[in-house]
Amino acid sequence: MIQAINSAMDVMLTRDPDVLVLGEDVGYFGGVFRATEGLQKKHGVKRCFDTPIGEGGIVAVAIGMGAYGLRPIVEIQFADYIYPAFDQIVSEAARLRYRSAGDFTAPMTVRTPYGGGIFGGQTHSQSPEAIFTHVSGLKTVVPSTPYDAKGLLISAIEDNDPVIFLEPKRIYNGPFDGHHDRPVQPWSKHPASDVPDGYYKVPLGKAAVVREGSDVTVLAYGTMVHVALASAEDAGLDAEVIDLRTLLPLDIDTIVKSVEKTGRCVIAHEATRTSGFGAELAALVQENCFYHLEAPIERVTGWDTPYPHAFEWDYFPGPKRVVEAMRRAMEG
Amino acid sequence: MKNRKPLSLHIPEPEARPGEQPDFSGVRVPEAGSVRRPDPDAPDHEIRDLAYSLIRVLDDKGAAVGPWNPRLDPETLRRGLRVMMLTRAYDDRMYRAQRQGKTSFYMKCTGEEACSIAAAFALDRDDMCFPSYRQQGILIARGYPLVTMMCQVYSNELDPLKGRQLPIMYSSKKDSFFTISGNLGTQFPQAVGWAMASAYKGDDRIAASWVGDGTTAEGDFHQALNFASVYRAPVILNVVNNQWAISSFSGIAGGEETTFASRAIGYGLPGLRVDGNDFLAVYAATDWAATRARNNQGATLIELYTYRVEGHSTSDDPSRYRPSDEGKAWPLGDPVERLKKHLIALGEWSEERHEQTHKDVAEEVRAANKEAESHGTLGGDKKPSVKTMFEDVYEDMPWHIRRQRQQMGI
Repeated sequence: MIQAINSAMDVMLTRDPDVLVLGEDVGYFGGVFRATEGLQKKHGVKRCFDTPIGEGGIVAVAIGMGAYGLRPIVEIQFADYIYPAFDQIVSEAARLRYRSAGDFTAPMTVRTPYGGGIFGGQTHSQSPEAIFTHVSGLKTVVPSTPYDAKGLLISAIEDNDPVIFLEPKRIYNGPFDGHHDRPVQPWSKHPASDVPDGYYKVPLGKAAVVREGSDVTVLAYGTMVHVALASAEDAGLDAEVIDLRTLLPLDIDTIVKSVEKTGRCVIAHEATRTSGFGAELAALVQENCFYHLEAPIERVTGWDTPYPHAFEWDYFPGPKRVVEAMRRAMEG
Repeated sequence: MKNRKPLSLHIPEPEARPGEQPDFSGVRVPEAGSVRRPDPDAPDHEIRDLAYSLIRVLDDKGAAVGPWNPRLDPETLRRGLRVMMLTRAYDDRMYRAQRQGKTSFYMKCTGEEACSIAAAFALDRDDMCFPSYRQQGILIARGYPLVTMMCQVYSNELDPLKGRQLPIMYSSKKDSFFTISGNLGTQFPQAVGWAMASAYKGDDRIAASWVGDGTTAEGDFHQALNFASVYRAPVILNVVNNQWAISSFSGIAGGEETTFASRAIGYGLPGLRVDGNDFLAVYAATDWAATRARNNQGATLIELYTYRVEGHSTSDDPSRYRPSDEGKAWPLGDPVERLKKHLIALGEWSEERHEQTHKDVAEEVRAANKEAESHGTLGGDKKPSVKTMFEDVYEDMPWHIRRQRQQMGI
């Protein structure tokens, strides 16, 4: 997936002289996760360069660049470090178009690795997506495969609104089904790892049904898509797994169609439970599919604690918990 | 038992509070013309004294003296004076409108007109300004229609911002005037980013931004200085030190121990400290910094030393925290009076012409207001369609916002 993300930026730097990449360690070194490897060498220092360690400043200058007419791609080294930029994202990037009645806009993509499963402790594991979906004016995108990562990132860069692009870092180098005690799988064995070299887009706002089924609908994104797929096999259930891909704007039609078919719904995310994005999903399913529901909607999430280092696998909502939730949903 | 003195906490306090005599005895005012003017390409480390001095051009007799005299022609000076007078008349009218219940809120820039207007005169018209909420003078200097400004203040049917923004939070890309934010200081590093983009594209336009003394305590202020220094961004970063951040005097922002201009030094930027009530000094300093920026020598921090004569906003009552006659005691005078005196000293102006201009700008404001009010005032029937409330959140309206609009029955 990391090569796909790199390729998306490479393609866009080549196609559009107004695209540039900035962030901590993204230049000569190529980023701590290697997402920008080779981009400075190929496109020059002015197209891909290092910034001071000041996330608020990084996003602020990107907003200024966007207002000028550029399309900056910002890397925030970990989503856990995005909070110093919060004011600039929430009060500025998200609001420019509205408050200036379309006079000024901030076409900007903020890429940031998020999520757990790498023993990163509480400062390298957080899943802050709901904080951004709560903000009108932002789009929030989470890919789960290399193919989608490239296509969605190109769409995000070309979008004229600010996009928070959350990259599930646990699956940068291979899919992860949540069975942490099993051997690591490389992407090369996964069908969605076949990534075209050139330009292509995966549209924002469109979910993907990654497993068709009739028993229960599982709504997931990022790493949890792979956990949900494994859980369906573990449970021996014919689950329909939906990869949301874009959290906002959400593909409500795909969700409604599926829940109307199965009558049961499990929502799975890594983020903490209370006021998590699952709460919004549960409310939407209830509002739109109430008379089709056969059982209460289930949520499988991280616990409402900071992300603990030594208890990673007690915290992470792995297949065991997802299977239990699916079974509860089937009992109703 | 350790034999040490007990520690004591220092809380800065202003010199005078309500009921006390204004006290500006600690304000050091060097003679006009006494501060040297280095070449705009001087290395920052050779001009650090300028961050602790006070660049002044107009002396007490109204003469323009010293190396910073920008030698503006009388016509430009008269235009500058008129824009300052027009801005003041506009402020007075809008303040009254708020008191009459025609709008919710207003902020005057009385006493600080030169800080924005002289700077606007020194910049090119397409240099990009990232103002705070007290630089309405830039828009007026650039000829933005008063009627449109008023329609914004009244949130009426012709409000270009469709009733979405607090009064005075103007925006005009056409006039290179960035949309104003109520969150303090956010525009400072944005201006740096805009300037970086201009340099990236090989453009020749520079950026300028303004914050108040209080806002220098925000992280964004320091981020701006750091990024501006690192990337040598072609930007002018102004601190309008008007002594008061709502009720907190400048010492609370960190102005007690040093000057705001000296913040530049730690970032390797030139810092100029300028008499903000001296139209010519503000013009000259801005011009110096603009020359430097256009020569790819990067950013300049300018502290414009001035005084906020009125309250912070219509929601503020300054008599509760400072002597009510403090403004009159301000040792640097009034920018309108000082430029008027200069023009008269040059033989290019008179009391009669001044009085006539005073009447002219009042009439211009009155006529503009009449027209603006004919398009509605806040709370009246003439306002943008409520349908527009749901627009421009995104380029294309997503389904969930469309559905919410439908729930309103529109």
